[in-house]
Amino acid sequence: MSDASATGHETKIPLSERGPASKEMVVRFGFWLFLLSDIVVFAGLFAAYAVLSKSTAGGPTGPELFSRTHTFIETTSLLLSSFTCGLMTVGVEIRQRMLIYLSALGTFVLGIGFLGLELSEFIDLVARGAGPTHSAFLSAFFALVATHGLHVTAGLLWLIVMMVQVATLGLRDMVVRRLFCFSLFWHALDIVWVGVFTIVYLGAS
Amino acid sequence: MLGRLDWSAIPLDQPIPLIAAGIVLLTALALLGLFTVKGWWPYLWNEWITSVDHKRIGVMYVMLAFVMLMRGFVDAIMMRTQLAMAANGAQGYLPPEHYNQIFSAHGTIMIFFVAMTFMVGLMNFAVPLQLGVRDVAFPVLNSVSFWLTAGGVLLINLSLVIGEFAKTGWLVYPPLSELTYSPGVGVDYYLWALQISGLGTLLSGINLTATILKLRAPGMGYMRMPIFCWTALASNLLIIAAFPILTATFAMLLLDRYLGFHFFTNDLGGNAMMYVNLIWAWGHPEVYILILPAFGVFSEVIATFSRKSLFGYRSMVAATMAICVLSFLVWLHHFFTMGAGADVNAFFGIMTMIIAIPTGVKIFNWLFTLYGGRIHFGLPLYWALGFMVTFVIGGMSGVLLAIPPVDFNLHNSLFLVAHFHNVIIGGVLFGAFSGYNYWFPKAFGFKLNEPLGKAAFWCWFVGFYLAFMPLYLLGLMGATRRMQHYDDPTWQPLMIIALGGAVLILLGIVFTILQLVVSIRNRDQNLDETGDPWNGRTLEWSTVSPPPAWNYAVLPKVTSLDAFWKTKQDGDSHDRSEPVEAIEVPQNTMLGITLSFFAVIMGFAMIWHIWWMAIFGGLGLVVACLIYAWRTSTETEISAHDLTASGVLRA
Repeated sequence: MSDASATGHETKIPLSERGPASKEMVVRFGFWLFLLSDIVVFAGLFAAYAVLSKSTAGGPTGPELFSRTHTFIETTSLLLSSFTCGLMTVGVEIRQRMLIYLSALGTFVLGIGFLGLELSEFIDLVARGAGPTHSAFLSAFFALVATHGLHVTAGLLWLIVMMVQVATLGLRDMVVRRLFCFSLFWHALDIVWVGVFTIVYLGAS
Repeated sequence: MLGRLDWSAIPLDQPIPLIAAGIVLLTALALLGLFTVKGWWPYLWNEWITSVDHKRIGVMYVMLAFVMLMRGFVDAIMMRTQLAMAANGAQGYLPPEHYNQIFSAHGTIMIFFVAMTFMVGLMNFAVPLQLGVRDVAFPVLNSVSFWLTAGGVLLINLSLVIGEFAKTGWLVYPPLSELTYSPGVGVDYYLWALQISGLGTLLSGINLTATILKLRAPGMGYMRMPIFCWTALASNLLIIAAFPILTATFAMLLLDRYLGFHFFTNDLGGNAMMYVNLIWAWGHPEVYILILPAFGVFSEVIATFSRKSLFGYRSMVAATMAICVLSFLVWLHHFFTMGAGADVNAFFGIMTMIIAIPTGVKIFNWLFTLYGGRIHFGLPLYWALGFMVTFVIGGMSGVLLAIPPVDFNLHNSLFLVAHFHNVIIGGVLFGAFSGYNYWFPKAFGFKLNEPLGKAAFWCWFVGFYLAFMPLYLLGLMGATRRMQHYDDPTWQPLMIIALGGAVLILLGIVFTILQLVVSIRNRDQNLDETGDPWNGRTLEWSTVSPPPAWNYAVLPKVTSLDAFWKTKQDGDSHDRSEPVEAIEVPQNTMLGITLSFFAVIMGFAMIWHIWWMAIFGGLGLVVACLIYAWRTSTETEISAHDLTASGVLRA
């Protein structure tokens, strides 16, 4: 699709009448739509959590279970990984492979760190008799936080695949498009986490 | 090794499902045999199964919908027969357990795999042609979407032979659908089939939305888009916003059933009404996902067959988008009896009445389009006119139900069943048939047989009234839905009339099949070589029928609404001065059918708790995606010379 005719001398034509958009535009736009739909999935899980957060069935409540320091470190590592992911995008823009690899490595390490902390929290909760099967509140908590965790896991696997693609296929258009989609995905997960942190962990006090 | 699966899963003691399954299996084997004997496999594989052409995929969606219409209708006529018999102490021929599976399967199949599939098929076929472009935004994803839907269909049909289907109604309300009360595999079949096909629908919604918003022929601003594209846009935006809610809700129910979570259980704080709220937060928009494209079809058909531009195009666009937004604000009217209180019920009652206003605007726009037009009574218009009469009745019974005190009396009665069949058959299905008759000559280059088509229409139309008007009365008399037998003998005559209606609809289906068969056999008599059999107004009629894989060798230049009509009025139908440039068309791929294959394996394994097989299916999905991710050449170039030589250089 090379029919985009958004060149300078044609600016009098309204944007909507310039014909099919470029492939870059279409792919990014489609991925935005996917992210919106993914956020609706989270909206459903947030809604369930909001409804069930007081349904502890006599079991432990949020304030008894959550550790602020623990989640603070989690949040910090995820937000930092968004920064390194941003650096990776810069690396793609200036076609600087070393920067891409290094910042991808940084993103990966921070992501793994986040997942490790989350997993340790889960194991700790289950060990204290607060697993997802003990009350509706815990079901909603585990489902929401673990869905985010699964997204992070999927993101990390995707990141590995993308680095192998950069190494084997080089920075061709296809790979660059995917790298931009990955960074959108990663930032979106950050935004969802801000929601989790605010509603689940800060809201528990 | 095989989880919960053993020989007891085959219903050897129940003759009806066994015979039905036998017929399905034999038909499938006969078809496979026929393809093998005739040597059609390479053709099917290259031209259809691996095709990423939006027109081919659209046609396959419609075929799938037709097949599932038969399946869903068999369920329907079995229920009507049962209820015509089971009065006054008689138990009929269907035991309650089987009857419960049948009404659950009927609803699930008709909504997800007939109405939905048909509409997605029509949108897939027509939207890129109407926009004057060569394909959807993501052709490969389109193929994946279709095959995931087909995978869901396969799983639903497997439940007929292996195991059972849900006995819980088509939306599997908990706590009945929880493990405690539904320990069998029925609910799991339902959940996995719909998770797989739902993903397909979501991807298709993303695809078509991106297509409409980002890929339009030069000059086609938003207010020059054909109205069907507008309704498709609204419908697909709703898919993006609503289907993830369904996915999340089903995921929660799956967690309850598989891992002992307590989202919707009776104990440990679970909240079953939360499921009902969530499912209808998807479910009400879903109603409009289905009906909006049908409104679009009727708008195109009525304008074309009145030889007039659509009356009030702008108000039609505004009404469509208003419905799109309002559809998210009415979900609670599905359960006024929940006990949310007078204020909440009043809000949702009023919102429900308000949504009737843009719908009314549409009805008047269609009437004014017809008014003063030079009307040609073609087949698509028959369905459109039948729709207008029927849908108004269905809409008015809906407004009745929107009044909470009335709803308290009629909730869960046959009045409700009559209402939603009134709008879904009279609206969506009539729209599907109208679109099928309207675009068929575009897809295949010949028209469908008129007399048989009219016979089909009259059978469906009269059959619908006979089958469902009695249900309004029965509902007012107190008959509830989902009952397998009843004691009041005064209901029986109306039940028998309703069965008569179902038989008439059966005749309508027979005529529909006959119409297709006769039309194919006599295609030489109905050939359309102009590409424009109805004197159409929108761009799809400007190219040849059937269109080449790339639709348009040179993208049309759009200067107004009803772009093709304008070109015809201006005298010169085709601007041939445009230089032909080489274009790229996407290559076929087997990614779609491969992903569907592994998704079905994974779904089946999850249903029967065969964990190793589920892991195998999941790995298959990942590996197939990885292999595809390394494919570097995905497009074939067609040179300007080849394009010119192909002789399809119109428009």
